[in-house]
Amino acid sequence: MIIMTNIMESLYNIRILDELAEKRTVIHNIHPLIKLLTTIAYVIITVSFGKYELSNLLPLLFYPIVIITLAEIPVIPILKRILVVLPFIIGIGVFNPLFDPEPMLVFLGLQISGGWVSFLSIIIKGFLTLLAALILISTTGMTWIASALRLLRIPRLFVLQLLLTYRYISVIMEEAGRTWNAYMLRAPGQQGVSFKISGPLAGQLLMRTYDRAQRVYQAMSLRGFIGEYNPGEVKKVTVKDCLFLGGWVAFFSVCRYINLPALIGSVVTGVMT
Amino acid sequence: MSHHIVDFIDTYFTYPDQTQAVKGITLCISHGESVAIVGANGAGKSSLLKLLTGICLPTKGEIRIGETPVTKKTLPIIRQKIGFTFQDPDDQLFMTTVYDDVAFGPRNYGIGEPEVEKRVMKALETVGAVHLKDRAPYKLSGGEKRAAAIAAVLSMEPDILVMDEPSAALDPRARRRLINLLRSFMHTKIVATHDLDMVLETCDRTIVLKEGKVVCDGSSTTILANEELLEQCGLEKPLALQNCPRCGAKKE
Ligand SMILES: Nc1ncnc2c1ncn2[C@@H]1O[C@H](COP(=O)(O)OP(=O)(O)O)[C@@H](O)[C@H]1O
Ligand SMILES: [Mg+2]
Repeated sequence: MIIMTNIMESLYNIRILDELAEKRTVIHNIHPLIKLLTTIAYVIITVSFGKYELSNLLPLLFYPIVIITLAEIPVIPILKRILVVLPFIIGIGVFNPLFDPEPMLVFLGLQISGGWVSFLSIIIKGFLTLLAALILISTTGMTWIASALRLLRIPRLFVLQLLLTYRYISVIMEEAGRTWNAYMLRAPGQQGVSFKISGPLAGQLLMRTYDRAQRVYQAMSLRGFIGEYNPGEVKKVTVKDCLFLGGWVAFFSVCRYINLPALIGSVVTGVMT
Repeated sequence: MSHHIVDFIDTYFTYPDQTQAVKGITLCISHGESVAIVGANGAGKSSLLKLLTGICLPTKGEIRIGETPVTKKTLPIIRQKIGFTFQDPDDQLFMTTVYDDVAFGPRNYGIGEPEVEKRVMKALETVGAVHLKDRAPYKLSGGEKRAAAIAAVLSMEPDILVMDEPSAALDPRARRRLINLLRSFMHTKIVATHDLDMVLETCDRTIVLKEGKVVCDGSSTTILANEELLEQCGLEKPLALQNCPRCGAKKE
């Protein structure tokens, strides 16, 4: 029964990002294009940091913290979503410690190899990038992001692909939830799905998802959808929007080119001595 | 308004898995008619409606809406005229709020935002769902979803309203509202359903399907009183026409 309620709960939360995007806060009111550009700048700067940089990355956390606070985004569901993807990021960096065993720095008397440092650096960068992307989705909404991408002249086909993939994810999760519930109701007292029927169950799920995705697409085209969705009135970019973008890009650049932690450190020690 | 005539000419349809769902249907529905498509489960009602809306294309034969044959090329024109509600409203509602879902169609046709808002509010009022406008569609009850799905179609102001089992999963009040709505819709309407009592109230003409073929086509009052015919097609005489279940007294 605990499993049941868990599943129902996660089903209920599948589209929480979409729901958050419906809020009306200062951040939500910023032009979608501006938020998209800010996010792109953030991601580029984050990724551009060197392989072995750790402490320099930390000031970049300031951006997500500010936005999450101002946009009233609940932290737990966002972290949960990052957790789902984290294994992939770990997968990317997991061999670094093996290939790069040269000791690099000493921490609490322990010698730490370059491999471990770069591994940690990858995880932090992955975390920050994902965080920025999720923040963008939950303050802007996928349909508005799509329209912003179109403003950037991204080809219609790519944008459509993105929109449909995003829809498809919620469809597949919902179908998974239904299949799971149907199974659990008729197989009580079991811990999870037995191996023997997991194959047929997965096949079922795939077919059902495909069918449903197709029907959803049909419903869209029946209502005149030809690959470009117009999400309503497009706002004009205001001075405030430009200040938002300019301010953040300036901040990101400072993070990138000035070693803030070292600077603050030296200022503090300078004051103390 | 000859351009809203719906014409099936010896239409056949076979699903990719070789299930023959429609086997030689010929029928003509003229403008302003209200037609019920009835038949047991699997009789081919949904398949017929899918052909009409171009979701599936006939394997043989032809379907025309007015002068336009339903083909891949003409789909955009056809679909602007037809409003179709799916059997399962879950398939139809995919936006984040009911409002956006109802606005989806009009926005796709490039209608300006003030006009879109007018249409959305009008459609929501018609189905009595104004209070749902900011809710997430997938969190509504079955009947509320149905209402939202119907509003999503009405906002496109279609010339032909096509519905697949619209009264399934509705409570009596919602069903009554649906019936009133159907009665007030003045253009052509085509409704696939098992709800023969609703047919009696909303549709002048009834087409009975069985195993992909038309068994009978005529006025609703005559067909729905024909117990033998209905029995053969896996249906039951509407309650409104049955004798009193307690004492067997005849309805007058
Ligand atoms: N997607 C499909 N693929 C294969 N066969 C189908 C599909 N949908 C329906 N059928 C078959 O086509 C026949 C008619 O189905 P349908 O038109 O849905 O009937 P109804 O709506 O009257 O209940 C049934 O025998 C059904 O099994
Ligand atoms: Mg059906």
